[in-house]
Amino acid sequence: MAESILSLSGVRADIDQYHILHGVDLEVPAGELTVLLGRNGAGKSTTLRTIMGLTTVTDGKVRFRGEDITGQPTPRIARKGIAFVPENMGIFSLLTVRENMVLAAVDGPMDPARLDWVFDLFPPLKKFWNRAAGNLSGGQKQMLAIARAIIEPRELLLVDEPTKGLAPAIINDLAGAFEQLKQQQVTVLLVEQNFNFSRRLGQSAAVMNDGGVVWSGQMTELADNDDLQHELLGLGLGEHQ
Amino acid sequence: MSAHDEMIGQSERPQGVLARFAAFRENKPHIFLLLLMMAVALLMMDPRTWVLLTISGLAMGAMVFLMASGMTLTFGLMNVLNLAHGAFISLGAFAGASVLVWLSSQASEPSLLINLAAILPALGFALVVAGLLGLVFERLVIKPVYGDHLKQILVTVGGSIIIMELIHVVWGPNEIPVPRPEALTGAFLLPEALPVIGGVALEKYRLIAVVLGLAIYGLMTWIIERTRVGILIRAGVESREMVEVQGYRIRLLFLGVFVAGSALAGLGGAMWAMYREIITAHMGDELMISVIVVIILGGLGSIKGCFYGAVLVGLINLYVGYLEPRLAAVATVGLMVGVLMWRPQGLIPVIKV
Repeated sequence: MAESILSLSGVRADIDQYHILHGVDLEVPAGELTVLLGRNGAGKSTTLRTIMGLTTVTDGKVRFRGEDITGQPTPRIARKGIAFVPENMGIFSLLTVRENMVLAAVDGPMDPARLDWVFDLFPPLKKFWNRAAGNLSGGQKQMLAIARAIIEPRELLLVDEPTKGLAPAIINDLAGAFEQLKQQQVTVLLVEQNFNFSRRLGQSAAVMNDGGVVWSGQMTELADNDDLQHELLGLGLGEHQ
Repeated sequence: MSAHDEMIGQSERPQGVLARFAAFRENKPHIFLLLLMMAVALLMMDPRTWVLLTISGLAMGAMVFLMASGMTLTFGLMNVLNLAHGAFISLGAFAGASVLVWLSSQASEPSLLINLAAILPALGFALVVAGLLGLVFERLVIKPVYGDHLKQILVTVGGSIIIMELIHVVWGPNEIPVPRPEALTGAFLLPEALPVIGGVALEKYRLIAVVLGLAIYGLMTWIIERTRVGILIRAGVESREMVEVQGYRIRLLFLGVFVAGSALAGLGGAMWAMYREIITAHMGDELMISVIVVIILGGLGSIKGCFYGAVLVGLINLYVGYLEPRLAAVATVGLMVGVLMWRPQGLIPVIKV
């Protein structure tokens, strides 16, 4: 396994009076796509939000490239090179597609070559460049959300359920985009419920249950082992397909 | 043409016009209301009076816009109700007036150029003093109460009382007369040759207020629409969290907007001081009624709505004040109630997602 770029050790986090994370231990290997799996309510989204500093850590440590980033303000964490695509995509619907992208390029004007690459990945963004982002379809919004995260090179992408509510053809497009990111060895931590999508893309995997990581290893290990899937996720590939 | 055809013809044509009219009313409610108000007023008075009142109303609107724009942004972006905004208006007025008194020799010269040597420092000083107080106020008073409206109301009302008392301490408890610079007194006479409105005397100061108000509205619109900071402000109105996720320190943006808003309130106050030529520490409180009406009827957080709201409030004040002076104060609030019954979100709402 490659050296890990992000590591969580014993991370606990609460939302209001509820304990959501009960000591999460997670390693995200550099240059790989890691899938975070688990049932609804297992704490996957909260784990991503905690890494971004959006949920307060009550105990444990979050380390990014060896540096302790626990409790740092969100903007500082983002500037270290972590991009976050939340479950609701978080696009600014009153802004145009262009304005959304302009803000995403925090280091200054967008690199034209990189923008062309993003347009190649997601052609609708070019077409609707000067339209309000709120008028985009669900799939196009997701494209914009991911495009924002990659318009500048980032060390780590945190992506929360990109396939949620999207049509199969669009999911396929998204998978293609992630394939390209993988080829470029961008480190991605992907929360995903769609097991086929995860199996296709994931190199490493971690499974969460009840606020903790209960299994982690290579994706192939999990994908090839129906019993393990049953045990961890309550599904077998046979039933799922 | 048979009677039947005629009926169809009559009923169809107005339908098209009506539909277009309805579309205009719904899509451009601010312009519709403005035109409606101006047209109704024109029917009720002599055109010469109407021109005079309209210019005065626009001037008042321009000054109220300056005062209100900061508050609408602080509310829209930061969700902060700053009821001490009126105190910044008062402070700006006193700061500006002090400079005018201090530079009274320049202000009393008949040359506009020499006058400007008093006016610009006065406005600049008002802007800076109110902005600096805004900086201190945000750190000291607003910062601990982000996210809690009740506490914001209590603490900013308290802050407002303190600022106004401090004005009493520094400038004394009495009303202070403000010398209006010589070049800004008097009026332009419209050429007699003009049909209907020839010979109307337009007060110079009001025309200048309109020009300055328009210029600042134009500048603010440009900043909000075209610059990166403007995009950030609009994004922040929509989702503060996502602005932070992108790596921007929204607290810094808040602070900047708060300081700019306070500075504009000070500028508006200084202009109001020269307009009224007499100021009191509580003038800001009196103006706050107009300011609050303006930001509510314009749509909280909308600069454009704030501008049109201010113009509407200025016009209705002057029109009604002329037609039935006793109703002038009622008219402002009545306008707000009417607009809210028609469009509960205000004229140009900024939708929070």
